Amino acid sequence: MNTKAVGLRKRKETVWGWILIAPLAAGLTLWVIFPMGLSFVTSLLKWDMISQPEFVGLGNYISLITESDLFRTCVKVTLYYTVVSVPIQLILALAAAMLLNANVRWLGVFRTIFYLPSLIPLVVTSIMWLWLYNTQYGLINAMLVGMGLDRVQWISSTAMVVPSLVIMSTWSIGNLVVIFLAGLQGIPKTLIEAVSIDGGNAWHSFRHVVLPLLSPVILYNLIVGMIKALQLFTEPYIMTAGGPANASLSIVLNIYNHAFRYGKMGAANAMAWMLFIMTMVLSLIVFRSSARWTFYEGDKR
Amino acid sequence: MNSRPIRLSRVLIYAGLGFGTLFCVVPLLWQIRSSLMPIEDIFKLPLILVPRQPEFRNYLEAFTLVPLARYYVNTVVVVGSCVVGAVLSNISIAYAFARLEFPGKRIMFAASMATLMLPVSVQLIPLFLEWNLIGGVNTLYPLIVPAFFGNAFFIFLLVQFFRTIPRDYDEAALMDGAGYPQTIARVIVPMSTPAIATVAIFQFMFSWNDFMGPLIFLQDRDLYTLSVGLRSFLSTFYTPWPELMAASTMTVLPLIVLFFLAQRHFIRGLATGGLKG
Repeated sequence: MNTKAVGLRKRKETVWGWILIAPLAAGLTLWVIFPMGLSFVTSLLKWDMISQPEFVGLGNYISLITESDLFRTCVKVTLYYTVVSVPIQLILALAAAMLLNANVRWLGVFRTIFYLPSLIPLVVTSIMWLWLYNTQYGLINAMLVGMGLDRVQWISSTAMVVPSLVIMSTWSIGNLVVIFLAGLQGIPKTLIEAVSIDGGNAWHSFRHVVLPLLSPVILYNLIVGMIKALQLFTEPYIMTAGGPANASLSIVLNIYNHAFRYGKMGAANAMAWMLFIMTMVLSLIVFRSSARWTFYEGDKR
Repeated sequence: MNSRPIRLSRVLIYAGLGFGTLFCVVPLLWQIRSSLMPIEDIFKLPLILVPRQPEFRNYLEAFTLVPLARYYVNTVVVVGSCVVGAVLSNISIAYAFARLEFPGKRIMFAASMATLMLPVSVQLIPLFLEWNLIGGVNTLYPLIVPAFFGNAFFIFLLVQFFRTIPRDYDEAALMDGAGYPQTIARVIVPMSTPAIATVAIFQFMFSWNDFMGPLIFLQDRDLYTLSVGLRSFLSTFYTPWPELMAASTMTVLPLIVLFFLAQRHFIRGLATGGLKG
């Protein structure tokens, strides 16, 4: 090919490259950059979406942080839920994946059953558990009574509402299980055999082979799980409306209430931005710390 | 048969799996059980565990209590359009990223991947403001249109897949004078059906399950999708539990059918999402 033909082909590739990714370029502008900018501007306003907006600068941010009890409560509730639920989900999912990876019969059947709950829409899951948690007629209390224990006020007591949401969240960890299982299946059997030849037991191979080789997958599940937990919304919205006494008021639920119930669009957007920054900072901290506990092939240790 | 990752006794392993199975299945069975009983029976103590005489009446009643048929139609319209949009846009974008060299490619790819870190709930209020500005609130458009602009997860999945197709195939088509659109349609698409099916299925699931979007954008009951429609059963004073359980079961059923028809595509999608490290 002569240079002219090459140049022509390059031009053609550039033009077609941009034509083919045009939806992405337009999408980033229309659905990410523009709305985020609009949201930031709105976060500087006092605005109920009806009357004339009033510019307040960083006023929304400052008053949320310094004087809003609701804001303080929702940050506490969300962090509490995240810190408790994510580790429990990871541990249970890893345990389930290890059971599945132990050369069991009907592996496909068990994997399907474990994955099934993550298919169910969150709204349905929330309604289902609302009914299971029913103090009088729910299955869970019926089982407790059957075992001679007392009924528990699951989602209707301030002390139990977040733990109840945590228990419920462990129901739909099927996708974590499948991801962990794929990771476990990628671990060479020879390494585990090497441990047992050297006289190591099951704990040794778990601690020194499985955990290090799985650490990138753990990191992935940890970050994805954390981002998801910080966005808790549907469950408290459907089951408790944030109650009792705001004990399950998550940040996103508080944002929703400010935007659509209290007519405080400016404050809602300020909170959305703070949640965004909080999510980024926490992900970054986890990611930074992971350099010390994750292991990639090719690393020396 | 004796070298296992971790040697636990077989009994313990199966006991663990059995417990996990019960934990996963019992809530679903309880929902079905409650959907098959008259309301007097579900409010009897001690609880009646298995319906004495299963009745399917609640499944019909659910359609008269709320406009459930309407919700189904709306959901199918939204989900169907989103699947078409996701397949078309992501194939086009991913092909360019996988095969073409052009200035700006790396930045655009990185920008797209960065949106994976953007929490959806943080974007929703901004999107509401934007659609409010252009008058799209209380229509189905805000739920459908964005699907036509590509999605980072699907782009990543398809780029990975397209890279496994030998370049010779599209080179040959291009040499024969086919343009890029024809090459994509006649060479790449037929060879990528498994990956495209994965995209379609995951988009189906995202849209079918979406709750916050319909909740924020839809005001008229006639526009509700199933997920927000279910909420209209719940009331502080009187919740018709059997009918609600029936409607919930009918909401879940299409997903379960889809899952059993296309199980391996689900596993593929999850593995791609999970193992990039």
